[in-house]
Amino acid sequence: MSTVAATQELRRLNAEQAATKKTVFGFWVYLMTDCVLFASLFATYAVLRNNTFGGPSGRQLFDLPNVLVETLILLTSSFTCGIAMLAAQRRNRQATLAWFGITFLLGLAFLALELTEFRHLVHDGNSWRRSGFLSAFFTLVATHGLHISIGLLWMVVLLVKTIRRGFSDSLLKRLQLLSMFWHFLDVIWIFIFTVVYLMGAIPV
Amino acid sequence: MKTVVADHQREQAQLRTYVTGFVLSVGLTVAAYLLVTHRAFSAWTIAITIAILAVVQFMVQLIFFLHLGQDSKPRFKIGVFLFMLLIVLIIVVGSLWIMHSLNYRMDMSPQRIRDYMNAQVGL
Amino acid sequence: MGLFAGVLGRLSWSALPHAPITIGGAILMVLLGLAVAGLLTYTKRWKWLYREWLTAQDPKKIGVMYLIVAGLMLLRGFADVLMMRAQQATSVGSSHGVVSADTFQQVFSAHGTIMIFFVAMGLMFGLINLVVPLLIGARDVAFPFLNAASFWLFVAGMLLINLSLGIGEFSAAGWLAYPPLSELRYSPGVGVDYWIWSLQIAGAGSLLAGVNFLVTILKMRAPGMTLMKMPVFVWSVLITMIMVIFAFPILTATLSLLALDRTLGMHFFTAGQGGNAMMYVNLIWAWGHPEVYILVLRAFGIYSEIVATFSRKRLFGYSSMVWALASIAFLSFVVWLHHFFTMGAGADVNAFFGITTMIIGIPTGVKIFNWLFTMFRGRIKFASPMIWFMGFVFLFTIGGMTGVMLAVPAIDYQVHNSLFLVAHFHNMIIAGVVFGFFAGVTYWFPKIFGFRLHDGLGKIAAWCWIVGFVLAFWPLYILGLMGATRRLDHYDASTGWQPLFIVAGIGAVVVGIGVFFQVLQVVVSIWQRNERRDLTGDPWNGRTLEWSTASPAPIYNFAVIPKVSERDAFWVAKQRGDKPERPEYEDITLPKNTPLGMVIAGFALIFGFAVVWHIWWLVLLGFVGIVTTIIIRANDEDTEYTLTAREVEKLENQAAKKRRQYA
Repeated sequence: MSTVAATQELRRLNAEQAATKKTVFGFWVYLMTDCVLFASLFATYAVLRNNTFGGPSGRQLFDLPNVLVETLILLTSSFTCGIAMLAAQRRNRQATLAWFGITFLLGLAFLALELTEFRHLVHDGNSWRRSGFLSAFFTLVATHGLHISIGLLWMVVLLVKTIRRGFSDSLLKRLQLLSMFWHFLDVIWIFIFTVVYLMGAIPV
Repeated sequence: MKTVVADHQREQAQLRTYVTGFVLSVGLTVAAYLLVTHRAFSAWTIAITIAILAVVQFMVQLIFFLHLGQDSKPRFKIGVFLFMLLIVLIIVVGSLWIMHSLNYRMDMSPQRIRDYMNAQVGL
Repeated sequence: MGLFAGVLGRLSWSALPHAPITIGGAILMVLLGLAVAGLLTYTKRWKWLYREWLTAQDPKKIGVMYLIVAGLMLLRGFADVLMMRAQQATSVGSSHGVVSADTFQQVFSAHGTIMIFFVAMGLMFGLINLVVPLLIGARDVAFPFLNAASFWLFVAGMLLINLSLGIGEFSAAGWLAYPPLSELRYSPGVGVDYWIWSLQIAGAGSLLAGVNFLVTILKMRAPGMTLMKMPVFVWSVLITMIMVIFAFPILTATLSLLALDRTLGMHFFTAGQGGNAMMYVNLIWAWGHPEVYILVLRAFGIYSEIVATFSRKRLFGYSSMVWALASIAFLSFVVWLHHFFTMGAGADVNAFFGITTMIIGIPTGVKIFNWLFTMFRGRIKFASPMIWFMGFVFLFTIGGMTGVMLAVPAIDYQVHNSLFLVAHFHNMIIAGVVFGFFAGVTYWFPKIFGFRLHDGLGKIAAWCWIVGFVLAFWPLYILGLMGATRRLDHYDASTGWQPLFIVAGIGAVVVGIGVFFQVLQVVVSIWQRNERRDLTGDPWNGRTLEWSTASPAPIYNFAVIPKVSERDAFWVAKQRGDKPERPEYEDITLPKNTPLGMVIAGFALIFGFAVVWHIWWLVLLGFVGIVTTIIIRANDEDTEYTLTAREVEKLENQAAKKRRQYA
């Protein structure tokens, strides 16, 4: 390769790296805004947690073993996502698809359990219309669930891209953003698990 | 040859990071769960303890999964993160303090509201 | 009716306007739209519009579009002003003024919403787009597509709020829509829904712009420009963007909760069933207070640039200016309760927030003194930007003092929600934000458009605004102390308030004359643009980087990215007598035009409209449209084009040749 072409190639690689860093940082900033959004919902939940309007409270409604299973499933999916990223960095297509596939299935299982929980509550007449407490509960947990759904859709889009076009710098960058998003969702769930379910269920 | 070995070692280290983070998180989760389901201590003690466990798991996942603190200078990532924590604290603690004061003084029980509105507008 | 009802939700013919004023307003808007469309067809400029503006990714173009949209909304907001002043000057005793009580509620609600969200935020984001990349020696923002999308979301929000004039009604619950009034029970119509969704959409645009400019300033400064070498305006934008990213999610959350109450029957803020309306007030002001500082800090940044340039002197106390901005920003997150001292919190809570509110006055005072010290012993040129600045110093300081008064809970209990409060916040926003914006636009106009604005007309406009402001708002301070509440559509003659309201009305007219002179200024300047050309790129003998490139700035801003080694680098280079070097051109990569930002916003508009009218299938369509367009854009690998070094050189030579023609 001639020196002109080599410097141009180096410049292009540097520009790509800088662009990736810029995008990763920008996405991190966006995640910080999402944290503030969840914080507002948490604050609202904390203020309304006893406003049951004569209806049942968390202690009577929450199915803790189910929640523990949900939590462990999501936690495992965060772990498998990390492993998938290691495979992607090695540009190992099979391993990446396999580990992200497992992550996807675990995420789907999490959503299924959550939706089942919601269905039971609604079926028993404890929907979001019943009280301020239930409005806050459903909104906080479902907002997290909505984020999970978007993450799953994003995962499908990127996995299809991996199959069709293989690895590129741009794809790796997007996978990195997705994995940041997925880990962030598990971090938020730690607080939902603790503040909503566990604290709601503490026996007085 | 050297780079291949170095790469492999780095990857093993990264894998260890994820496994450690995972194991710690599972432990912290199960511990919190057992504390609540086994009613081991008073309500307040349990509440404080699981809060602490949550914060610890928060830090574990931030460091081991999200690699916080490993950005190159200037460290904007962690700067924005810390400022976010500060704002979140202000909003949550501030709101709780304010609403507690308001609820206590303005007696916002649903019954009182219903009675007041009946008297005012005949609803 | 059954199936048809499902197709159109609760939309029906009765949604068309009834009151004469609303009919008139709607017809006017439609005629305006038709006139613009007609003009474009007649001059065969649809393709040009699409290619040069609607699909543009250049922040300078996007900035101009922001200014045009915000300017139009200023006219609409000002029309609301004239209606309100006319009403309050005439609606005494047996007379009931010019509009019905119902209409009046909608007018003041629209006025506040439009002025804050669409005029102030729009003008400011427009100016930032135009100028910030130039100030930091960059070619573009960090995420050009996101920038375009932010603008179009702003437009979608604007369109939704304007649709409410012709189809349905607007909110009558004030610019912040407190529950329980804004809940379904007491506002069953579509007004509050329009309010919620136009703000959600525009707010999303603002949040994304906040992320964008934060990353731009942190990551794309010219080599050598460390943070403490940036122009102070850039600092003010950086700090403001940090505030935007942390405050706007609160707004998103709160609006969503109100929407959930209204649309899905939830009970966050309802009067009953466990709702707590006070929580809304708490949350909305936790956003609302940082928001007003978001607006004013940018204006402070503009003043810093202008005072230094027009005093031909370095800004006094750069570091303390930066620290003052940072302190004000932080403090603005711990004062929000002062907006509801009277809601009933305990003395301890009120005292805490009262003290923090008073403390904010200190860094603000530091800034005012620093500007004055900059002027001291400077060689001051009183061009119209300086007139705006002097008006600001005088009026804003007085308004700030009334703020310190309001910060004392005991005083606030007397004047909360009176016209005293109304006068105070208009004082801060008009004398602070609006004057700052006008000064900034005058100052940077040549850089963007290549010719100067007529300064004489600008000065007349500035004086009209200053005198008009005093006439319009100082009576309101007095009225507030006399007991006049805000938002009154009628009052008793025995109060003796009418003379003061008449003076206020005259003030509004004087401001209107000022606006007329501003429009005249633009028209005359465009007419005379060839005599007013800026041929050097540096019409004010400026200090900062943007003046080192040609006027108007080329699409890539700088042919060669400058290297910086100190503050006011351009000024220093000029003083040193640095000869411009022969430029070493290189390839420049720029983003390709794309309509997808507009498309996403279009689907957002459909989504918002459909939610308002409960047209559920259309809601789904809008949502799917947004997601699909995002995926399509994400899969597009070919989003940039490159200008080779030779092409850049050719463009530069062409521009230079054109300028020589005007010399």
